[in-house]
Amino acid sequence: MNVSVQFAPVTLVATARRRLKARWWLVSSALAMITLVLMAVALTVGDYPLPVSDVVRSLLSPFTGQVDQANDFIVLGVRLPRAVTGLLAGAAFGLSGVIFQTVLRNPLASPDIVGITTGASTAAVVALIIFHLSGFAVAASATGGAVVIAALIYALSWRGGVTPYRLVLVGIGMAAIAAAITSYTFTRARIAEVQQAMAWLTGSLNGATFEALLPLALGLMVLAPLAAVLCRPLASLELGDDAAKALGTRVEVTRLGTLLVAVVLASFATATVGPLAFVAFAAGPVAKRLLGPAGNALLPAALVGAAVTIGADLIAQHALGRTQLPAGVVTGAIGALFLIYLLAAANRSGRGA
Amino acid sequence: MPARAGGLLVLAIGLLAVLFASVTVGARPISLADVWAALTTVDPDSTTHRIILELRLPRTLVGLLVGAALGLSGAILQGATRNPLADPGLLGIEAGAALCVVLGIAVFGISTLSGYVWLAFLGAGIATVVVYAIASMGREGATPVKLALSGAAVTAALYSVTSAFLITSVTTLDQIRFWQVGALSGRTMDILWQVAPFLGAGILLALTTGRILDGLSLGEDVARGLGQRVQLSRAYVGFVAVILAGAAVAACGPIAFVGLTIPHVARAMTGPNYRWILPFSMLLGPILLLGADIVGRVIAPPGELQVGIVTAAIGAPFFIAFVRRRKLAEL
Repeated sequence: MNVSVQFAPVTLVATARRRLKARWWLVSSALAMITLVLMAVALTVGDYPLPVSDVVRSLLSPFTGQVDQANDFIVLGVRLPRAVTGLLAGAAFGLSGVIFQTVLRNPLASPDIVGITTGASTAAVVALIIFHLSGFAVAASATGGAVVIAALIYALSWRGGVTPYRLVLVGIGMAAIAAAITSYTFTRARIAEVQQAMAWLTGSLNGATFEALLPLALGLMVLAPLAAVLCRPLASLELGDDAAKALGTRVEVTRLGTLLVAVVLASFATATVGPLAFVAFAAGPVAKRLLGPAGNALLPAALVGAAVTIGADLIAQHALGRTQLPAGVVTGAIGALFLIYLLAAANRSGRGA
Repeated sequence: MPARAGGLLVLAIGLLAVLFASVTVGARPISLADVWAALTTVDPDSTTHRIILELRLPRTLVGLLVGAALGLSGAILQGATRNPLADPGLLGIEAGAALCVVLGIAVFGISTLSGYVWLAFLGAGIATVVVYAIASMGREGATPVKLALSGAAVTAALYSVTSAFLITSVTTLDQIRFWQVGALSGRTMDILWQVAPFLGAGILLALTTGRILDGLSLGEDVARGLGQRVQLSRAYVGFVAVILAGAAVAACGPIAFVGLTIPHVARAMTGPNYRWILPFSMLLGPILLLGADIVGRVIAPPGELQVGIVTAAIGAPFFIAFVRRRKLAEL
């Protein structure tokens, strides 16, 4: 009798833990299902609708040898690369965003706010308009721009260590400089070039190919597991620098490592699809609100990012009939609406942030 | 106390110097004697007088009011939301203004700067109302975090619509790119008269919000304990900040960075008391804005750099240096 009373709190904690774990699995698998369904829709819907059976046959054709050239071209050559690009870029943005927000302990501190994607965009605009580059060279410049601005931000915030607060403020300052360079370039260029750069700046999945996707895919293959390994100290970093130190986390090393991973993820994603508005910003808060206090938001945030990106691209392609919008136009709108919905839902149940 | 009053005096003198410089410096340097002559005995045939009265003076006055408005609205928003990163861009003000101007150009074919003023003001107003409405749903009303999130969400949604228009219409993109930088050039007396009542009233109201902000910046519970009605206070100071920032963006387009930087500088000079931060911000804002405008006029002859670019180019490194040197007060 006595024994069970003594252990009651322990069982309580254990039950709570189990419930949180169950919620994590529920949320993650639901998000994964949504992402898969959206990908399936992306493969079947279009100007040339294909039944699911044909899509499956096309997807398997490299293994089964049952070739139907027209269908295979549409599925394997056009729609699959596009859907996979959406999946990977969205996941990379989502991961990068949630890492930034967690490490810097500010929901506003996503890579699009602290200047990482702004740096990538500026480099791309300069490459397009001033150096008249195109294609892969623009993507490479964008990656370079993101890494350079990130290094500058980190170096400029270093003063016997880096505090999240200083990092965010310096990042906003660097973002302002980069944005000013972009605006200035815009006022000095021919309008046709501005239009081209504007299309890039909005971000889209148009003309996605497997070749263009390769750097991002390789990057994710290396960086996603790395992010997973780094996520344990991340949880203690969330408690604040002092608490994390007391728990034995090497704060400076962890912060540098995780941010580095996040920067490279954001830069590869931006280089591949352009700075898709709001995916990196919204994925983290959305995932965290779905999870509640239930643990690690990395995978859910990546899935939210992927689902939003693929869904946005579907809407952008088909919502306005024959007029195709770039996906970036829709990601902003969807991400924003969803965040607003979550704010409202949290309010209704009295859990307002 | 006397040190801060003295600081205020030094800033006032500095602002006066910048005002004189703004009227006299430019592609055609003008002496103070000419300025005096133009103000007292107008000679309609004199090119110099026309430059002073039609170009330099309106531009300087717009810069003065807009600079003060940006400084004050930044200070108010940072105090009311207790977020050191708050600036007018955060509440959707710039995004709303940009969307309405784009709509005006694309749908109604409006193409004058003074036509943009009302559009931008309207857009800024609507956007903030929406941001505030979303943030204040639920029990606790518009808490700082909810305001920041809903502001960022609405901003993103509005920019999406804006870029949809810009991508489909080249002529709109061609016009908006010059508005979008943020500039004082080309601002005439007409524009000044359109926005001056709002800016003037807003500045006066802003200077009276010090007590409220001091309360709010202590946190919701303490403010309530001190007898403030938190929701009402927040709504009131927010309203003042929106009038200021909306009129500023209407007059000049979105000018980055003044609203964010100035309150931090003012806070470092005065300490955390908003009754001092506000007047300091009011004087520092136009010093930065007009100073940047003057630099923009002389740095790339024969052309000009728009002030929005210069504020970022000067303001940002200064801000970064500042962030590095001081341990900024976490709000």
